[in-house]
Amino acid sequence: MKGGNRIALVSAVVLGLITLAAVTAAWIAPYPFDAQDLTRLLEPPSTDHWLGTDRLGRDLFSRLLYGAQISMTVGVVTALIATAFGVIYGMLSGYVGGRLDNLLMRLIDVVYALPDLLLIILLTVWLGRGLLGMLVALSLVSWVTVARLVRGEVLRLLPLAHIEAAKAVGAGHLRIILHHLLPLIAGPLLVTLSFRIPAAILAESTLSFIGIGLAPPTPSWGSMANEGWAALRFSPHLIIVPSVAIVVTILAFNIFGDWLRDRFDPRRI
Amino acid sequence: MLALVVNRLLWGLPVLWLVATLTFALMRAVPGGPFDREKPLPPEIKANVEAKYHLDLPVAQQYLRYLGQLMRGDLGPSYKYLDRDVRAIIAESLPVSAQLGGLAFLVAVVVGLSAGIAAALRPGTWLDRAALVSATIGFALPSFILAVLLILLLAHAWHWLPPALWEGPRHAVLPALALGLGPAAYIARLARTSVLDVSRQEFVRVGRAKGLPPRTVLFAYLLKSGLMPVVTILGPLLAVLITGSFVVEYLFSIPGMGRFFITAVTNRDYPLIMGVTLVYAVVIVVANLAVDLLYGWLDPRIRAQ
Repeated sequence: MKGGNRIALVSAVVLGLITLAAVTAAWIAPYPFDAQDLTRLLEPPSTDHWLGTDRLGRDLFSRLLYGAQISMTVGVVTALIATAFGVIYGMLSGYVGGRLDNLLMRLIDVVYALPDLLLIILLTVWLGRGLLGMLVALSLVSWVTVARLVRGEVLRLLPLAHIEAAKAVGAGHLRIILHHLLPLIAGPLLVTLSFRIPAAILAESTLSFIGIGLAPPTPSWGSMANEGWAALRFSPHLIIVPSVAIVVTILAFNIFGDWLRDRFDPRRI
Repeated sequence: MLALVVNRLLWGLPVLWLVATLTFALMRAVPGGPFDREKPLPPEIKANVEAKYHLDLPVAQQYLRYLGQLMRGDLGPSYKYLDRDVRAIIAESLPVSAQLGGLAFLVAVVVGLSAGIAAALRPGTWLDRAALVSATIGFALPSFILAVLLILLLAHAWHWLPPALWEGPRHAVLPALALGLGPAAYIARLARTSVLDVSRQEFVRVGRAKGLPPRTVLFAYLLKSGLMPVVTILGPLLAVLITGSFVVEYLFSIPGMGRFFITAVTNRDYPLIMGVTLVYAVVIVVANLAVDLLYGWLDPRIRAQ
């Protein structure tokens, strides 16, 4: 268990550094993310350009820092929206129960049966391939898992004695939900939230990698990897750098999430 | 048993109908039409083309027409691929995606289960730790990065396997690994946790104490109840692997169904979007049913309900 704590601490530090890079990118990046230097294309790492340049002569290190901004924004905002919406939906379904529950759950079946990719492409066509479109699209496909979890938890908690007692002494619905149900599902929710972030980061980078995510010149790690794929033979650092960034970020989030689960979700080991 | 299957399949019909309706509505809500070009067609020609595909009718009428066609098993023409209708396109590309997805599923289950079970039976050993570390890393590797790694190492550097295309068993190895190893990591973690959990329970100890052969304890006690959580995710996983392999198909230039999601939407090829989406939905409904049946077989309490 001690080893688990140590590695969780390491990943927390890594996440802190990535967040710091994301927040301060505008100040610490040596070049703007879209500044082209057409005299220095596809250069390997050097003292001027720590990680080299891409095929438009843009500084890879600066783009990596701005990419952290994109990834963290997409991850955190999507996870928050999905969780908020999922909590409301799942709470409504589980708490009200009966026919509403049935209806809401069938609706979830439908969303599950719709391909995520289809929803995402349609929505980004509609809202544009900017950050806003990506956030809305990814939130829309990821709230269902949260809603199912919350509903399950609520159904498990409702028959418990302290809820019955609260009802018996005349607590209102809102009071029961806010004071007696939410605190009890906070643990599992926190754990889900921590796994939704890397899932959203993964989804965005994959979409950007195949060219249907964020439009250029946005420095998404996924689109950087895509540009690297085109130059694989001669400039492998172009794909290695963003790929390492993606894997390290997702890995750190997953390890941290595992640690959170061990602490706050005692039902699962 | 039969009643359950029939019941569940009947439940699938309204789900499919809702999927069709929602997709239809979403498609039409997105701006742009199938015959909008950067250089617009002359209005007379556009009107003629739209009349040919009944796009001049009110949307509600188009919707009913489509549903009517669908009941007769006709998925309609593709607006973009004029030589084939949607059914022919799917008949051509779905088997490719299904083969790739099936192989990846096999990789995921075989690799994931053996690693997870082996680790759970020897907790704390180097084997356990190695399995856990590689599963954690494998789980964090996006399939596109895994694919690039495999192509770089096994195809470009060592020339063991072809880097792309779909022309026989040798071509299937890399994409199946790229698609299957991520889920394998997930299955390994899930199986390890759950088998380890079950192995601490009393009925397993009783089984050992009364002198049952280790093999019986392993298969009839440990694995049968320890693998339940794995079974629940197999259905959605199979569905995702069969239909959602678009990234891997893209990277390896495999002529599967995945690419049609992207091209059909950008072309506003309405019937093709509908067709691909409905196939996906059918796969999901059937895969979930299969899991429920398997679940009932593993857990008698559920069968009784």
